[in-house]
Amino acid sequence: MTKAMETTIEADPKLPIIRMSRDFAARPEHVFRAHTDPALFAQWVGPNAMDTRIEYWDARTGGSWRFVSMREGVEYAFRGCFHEVRPDRIVQTFTFEGEPDGVALETLWFEDLGDGRTRLRTQSLVDSFEGRDAWLASGMETGVNEGYAKLDRMLADGAV
Amino acid sequence: MAADTLSRVFSALADPTRRSIVARLAEGDATVNQLAEPYQMTLQAVYKHLRVLEDAELVSRPRGPQPRPVHLEEKVFDVMDAWIESYRRRAEQRYRRLDSVLAAMNDTDDKDGAHHDQGHGDNHRG
Repeated sequence: MTKAMETTIEADPKLPIIRMSRDFAARPEHVFRAHTDPALFAQWVGPNAMDTRIEYWDARTGGSWRFVSMREGVEYAFRGCFHEVRPDRIVQTFTFEGEPDGVALETLWFEDLGDGRTRLRTQSLVDSFEGRDAWLASGMETGVNEGYAKLDRMLADGAV
Repeated sequence: MAADTLSRVFSALADPTRRSIVARLAEGDATVNQLAEPYQMTLQAVYKHLRVLEDAELVSRPRGPQPRPVHLEEKVFDVMDAWIESYRRRAEQRYRRLDSVLAAMNDTDDKDGAHHDQGHGDNHRG
């Protein structure tokens, strides 16, 4: 894993937007499929595949999705709509059901870099700076206390 | 920054009024009266919020007989960076798992000799 592949992040100072970019050693069709095929998506979205249960997943323009993550015996449910799904872009909404009034509008771009490489760019727009800060802070404790342990475990498993 | 300090900072900033006070102080020092102005709150309630922010060492308020302005500590900006960095790190962990999934997909393609475009995810049967 080269340094150049690490995720970059930007919190827009003027709009409640979080932007990220990450390059992958795979063709755009594969990166796209890993986002639209529920069996593949479940393998990487949560800490491990066993912890994520896809309830429904209709990755088409106008479709919708819902999945449940298990963490230490507690279930966290997320749902949203696929507003637009096409090979170079996905536009979707994202809501944590614990805070159903908060909804993020997410756009994902799959950019072909050639040589079997893809740049994934994402943008999440929320309705207020407060909402964005809460978003950034969610799971902060986990990030600090358990994040490294999780990464260590994955490194040991050879998953990284 | 130690994890317990950090969690104190985050619980201090978990409250929208306190975040708004911090945002106001980012523009410059202000007296408690000035801070109380935009809120339908007693001064006492504002002092209560300030005490939480002080305990987290996010603001300082010199004590004395004269009313002195409340000052935002530089640490707030470190915390904001930590905030964003933590989010980035979680995304990076997720994307490393995606790397593994994509590597497996590449392997399958190689074995099948299926280098042609298989169509798109919504038609995929797997």
